[in-house]
Amino acid sequence: MDNSRTATVDIAMNPQTHRLSEKKLRKAKEKFIEGVLFLCAFSAVATTVAIVAILLYEAASFFEHVSIVEFLTNTQWTPLFENPQFGVMPLVSGTLVVAGVALAVAVPIGVIVAIYLSEFAPHKVRETVKPFLELLEGVPTVVYGYFALLFVTPMLQTFMPELPGFNMLGAGIVMGVMIVPYVSSVSEDAMRAVPMSLREGSYAMGATRFQTAVNVVFPAAISGVLAAFILGISRAIGETMVVAVAAGTQPNLTWDPTESAATITSYIVQVALGDLPHGSIGYQSIFAVGLVLVLMTLGFNILGHLLRRKFREAY
Amino acid sequence: MTTPDLNSLRAMIAQHKRYDILFGLVGLLATMVGVVTLVALFVDLIMDGYPRLTATFFSSFPSRHPEEAGILSSWVGSILVMITTALAAIPMGVGAAIYLEEYAPKNWITDIIEINVTNLAGVPSIIYGLLALGLFVYILDFGQSILTAGLTLGLLILPVIIVATRESLRAIPIAIREAAYALGATRWQLVSDHLLHYSSGGIMTGIIIGMARAIGETAPIITIGALTFIAFLPPAPFTIDPSTDMPAGLFDWLFSPFTVLPIQMFNWVSRPQVEFQLNAAATGVVIIIATLFMNSLAIWLRYRIRKNIKW
Repeated sequence: MDNSRTATVDIAMNPQTHRLSEKKLRKAKEKFIEGVLFLCAFSAVATTVAIVAILLYEAASFFEHVSIVEFLTNTQWTPLFENPQFGVMPLVSGTLVVAGVALAVAVPIGVIVAIYLSEFAPHKVRETVKPFLELLEGVPTVVYGYFALLFVTPMLQTFMPELPGFNMLGAGIVMGVMIVPYVSSVSEDAMRAVPMSLREGSYAMGATRFQTAVNVVFPAAISGVLAAFILGISRAIGETMVVAVAAGTQPNLTWDPTESAATITSYIVQVALGDLPHGSIGYQSIFAVGLVLVLMTLGFNILGHLLRRKFREAY
Repeated sequence: MTTPDLNSLRAMIAQHKRYDILFGLVGLLATMVGVVTLVALFVDLIMDGYPRLTATFFSSFPSRHPEEAGILSSWVGSILVMITTALAAIPMGVGAAIYLEEYAPKNWITDIIEINVTNLAGVPSIIYGLLALGLFVYILDFGQSILTAGLTLGLLILPVIIVATRESLRAIPIAIREAAYALGATRWQLVSDHLLHYSSGGIMTGIIIGMARAIGETAPIITIGALTFIAFLPPAPFTIDPSTDMPAGLFDWLFSPFTVLPIQMFNWVSRPQVEFQLNAAATGVVIIIATLFMNSLAIWLRYRIRKNIKW
């Protein structure tokens, strides 16, 4: 190589200074690279700060027009009407109802799948099924929305003829199936973390597999299963496209899943689709409800991670 | 205590064994719910959308007449947004992972970065849309462009790439690092000549999963205000724009309005006419094939790596 030849010539001419400057150069280069890599990693912090700053900034201008008390207690959300009402309750109720339906589907199925895969399934079944569950997680949410609106809801309407075309039930069920892989993989991790000796003790007492799973493994993994439950809630309340397509767009303060209602996320989509001028109160309102959404998911995420860490440290 | 009656004992054991078998069946059934849904979803989409999947569907712009409408602008938009996303997210994600795994000292700054990476993975995607709307569209003034969308999705998949890269770096045994240092390699030489080579498969898997997620992501792109009706393509470099008679610059396409496949599908799904919903189904087939293909590629790649690695 050319470089090395000139280097040898240089060293022959002036070995001492050359080695020093080469070392310095190398050190500087290493420092520079470390700096660049640090900036890459720091972008995660910058993103969080930017999210919080933008939400707070726009929400602050929103709360100059609307008092926080009105925001939290008013029961109507009609920001685009002539006499706008800004009560976030209907959006929160819609969000929670859909999430509730989703969890009612995802938690039982997810936990059964987790018990089955960690305690019952032969190795071969597990190796075949897990990729399928992963694929299910990879399906884009707008496709699930289509499925909820044009497949599940018509199917439900054959049992419940008075079910409206847009409803929270169909959206919730599809969302539940969507988060099953997530709930099951977190709970399965928790069950696999239960030490073998506990199972062996149970089998030695003559318990069957089912008895061992339900009476020994499940209670030992309970904090992990709870974590799966809570992380599932946080997923469901942040999910957007399924509800935007299938749950309706009318804010509606109700706890009845067979009605149609808007959620926090579908409201944001609805506003973004129209062209509200930058700086108007409608524009600011999506940041205010976005802030509510972030606070809700953040709370659930922190709780979930605490529980998850607890089961990891138990043994 | 009296000896229990042998027959009732046997009956009890048989009973419990039956529970065992029963639960095995229930478990299998519950597991099948996922598989069945996946199949039902796919079959439903294909049944509705297959007749629309013709060559003209791919080469036509959206239109008011459902049978003339196509997805030309949206698949081109999707590909351009994906390229921008990859250019933004891959260097940044891999760099961040290398720093956290190989360079980071144990101090509070590192702790804060770690917490943030974990948290960002749990932030709903629509919040990234709000961030982009406030920051990229209005403060940095990129407008509702391909650049904004690419950067937004790049931030969104950053945690996915970081986590995958870190896992594959962590799997490399310490002996490799010691050997490199023993020969006088600097830290960057170790990373670029050794670690990146051994972990490239794992990093690739993470990138593919991240990109598969980005291609189907709809909410953040709607939130930045992407248009749903685009009947033109972004300007290719150096082509003449008929309205101004000026050649387009090399990067003009980055600032062009655009639409992507999932937005096109969402737009058609929300229309009442059945014909448009068939178009939506056909678009859904295209999206789902793209994501399923990428995800299976990632799963296969991971499986192969796991099988081949023997340190």
